[in-house]
Amino acid sequence: MVGLEHYLTVAAALFVIGIFGIFLNRKNVIVILMSIELMLLSVNINLVAFSSFLGDLVGQVFTMFVLTVAAAEAAIGLAILVSFFRTRGTIDVEDANVMKG
Amino acid sequence: MTGTDFNIILPEVVLSLYAMAALLFGVYTSKDKATGILTWATAAVLVALAVWIGLNGQGARTAFGGMFNDDPFARFAKVTVLLSAAAVLVMSQDYMARRGLARFEYPILVALATVGMMMMVSAGDLMALYVGLELQSLALYVVASIRRDSAKSTEAGLKYFVLGSMSSGLLLYGASLTYGYAGTTLFSGIISTLGHGMPLGLLFGLVFMLSALAFKVSAAPFHMWTPDVYEGSPTPVTAFFATAPKVAAMALFARLAHDAFGAAVKDWQQVVAVMALLSMFVGAVAAIGQKDIKRLMAYSSIAHMGYALLGLASGTAAGVQSMLIYMAIYVAMNIASFGFILSLERDGKPVTDIAALNQLSRKEPLKAMAVLVLMFSLAGVPPFLGFFAKYAVLTAAVQAGLTWLAIAGVVASVIGAFYYLRIVYFMYFGQEAEGVVSRMAAVQWVIFVAMVAFVAAGAAVQMFGIEGAAAVAAEALVR
Repeated sequence: MVGLEHYLTVAAALFVIGIFGIFLNRKNVIVILMSIELMLLSVNINLVAFSSFLGDLVGQVFTMFVLTVAAAEAAIGLAILVSFFRTRGTIDVEDANVMKG
Repeated sequence: MTGTDFNIILPEVVLSLYAMAALLFGVYTSKDKATGILTWATAAVLVALAVWIGLNGQGARTAFGGMFNDDPFARFAKVTVLLSAAAVLVMSQDYMARRGLARFEYPILVALATVGMMMMVSAGDLMALYVGLELQSLALYVVASIRRDSAKSTEAGLKYFVLGSMSSGLLLYGASLTYGYAGTTLFSGIISTLGHGMPLGLLFGLVFMLSALAFKVSAAPFHMWTPDVYEGSPTPVTAFFATAPKVAAMALFARLAHDAFGAAVKDWQQVVAVMALLSMFVGAVAAIGQKDIKRLMAYSSIAHMGYALLGLASGTAAGVQSMLIYMAIYVAMNIASFGFILSLERDGKPVTDIAALNQLSRKEPLKAMAVLVLMFSLAGVPPFLGFFAKYAVLTAAVQAGLTWLAIAGVVASVIGAFYYLRIVYFMYFGQEAEGVVSRMAAVQWVIFVAMVAFVAAGAAVQMFGIEGAAAVAAEALVR
């Protein structure tokens, strides 16, 4: 029997993978975008699992909002990435270093 | 969903409709030639909404089943946000035009970000909070990289986007845990669940959401994006980042802490206190070695957020009141400081070196005097308003029994005074700098002088009633 805790565990694992994807990845900004998407989707698993467990629809409505905003966020991220690529000719994480920090 | 609900969110509806109409106008008419008109129109709409909200609102109302609050707290934050956004917008118009940055999207994006901020400060539900925060953030990512041909600006936008999205992810994860363990996303529902004790899941949710909001207010240890984004973005955008979004995020912080988790003050008080302590010291110490004035302002704003959080950490109505006063004064000081930074140029190119300020007092004695007032105020020297802001938060902290934190705040403010006074030193006693002039458009000059006058003499006129308004606002939030 698959219970709530299984869903929560999967979501937590995906979320942590997403965070590590952002911080350990030294290569490509696209991978960072994918990691962010992974974080948001793990949240959706959480919300839908809770929604089904509680018998309450609010969680699924929230999921719809998250999906919509995630799409907008990805669009803006890619747009910024395109203009970054135009000025620098690269999308490597290590090359984002005009400013220290 | 009734007419009353829409009546309550009318200011937000008006601003959203205005933004969409302005976008259509810009696209279908003259594109960037319309920038001047759109900037002034946007600023006028923002100011009109501020007056409307400031004068019209009475009592506390909720709309859409508690998802949206219209109370004195929200109104105080909204008026501050709207006025500062309008001031920054008109102040930067001359700069944008002369640097070829006059894109008609800019005022529209600022208007959309402001709608997001108004949603944030009024949120009564985790969904409303998330959507408001994202509307603000998405607009801000774009304005950070608005100078598409500059490596610095696009890099600033990229860094802001990556770290901002990650903090949104943290916020959402916390929100999902809170929803799961409280069984509702309404703040009023969460606070009544807390009456039966704090489940571990809710505590995790709270900590995740607080860390995400610390990102948004750029409080240490989540501050690392701030200096890069401040340095890389065009200066008018930096001025915007340092004012309105900070107020909105801080107000959201207070609303979440008190409206949703007000029954568990002990649980978040320690977290907020540690953030305040770290921010004050990181801001004060790291700013000392900076050579770029925008980076310096970034660390300065980190330190100031630390003081605002210090007020919030008290967990009392007096704490929220002092936080609101602090934010209002902080915004006034920052608008004036950026009005000055925007005006610095050498051979028609903007300068952001601190060394460019050398011997400014010879060329511009009046402006140098005004900047001296500002820097003293930022450092918290009486009798300027910055001192009263710090005094308010420190008093609130001491009254709430956080004496150790208040003492740490005083120590940090003494350390921080060093770099503010260093700027004054450069202006009056530095080496001669070549060819730097300070050029202000008329409206920029008016706003600069008004803000400096407010900072210098505000204490003598009881801060124009800000204190009383903040008290009413705080009472509405902390019941």
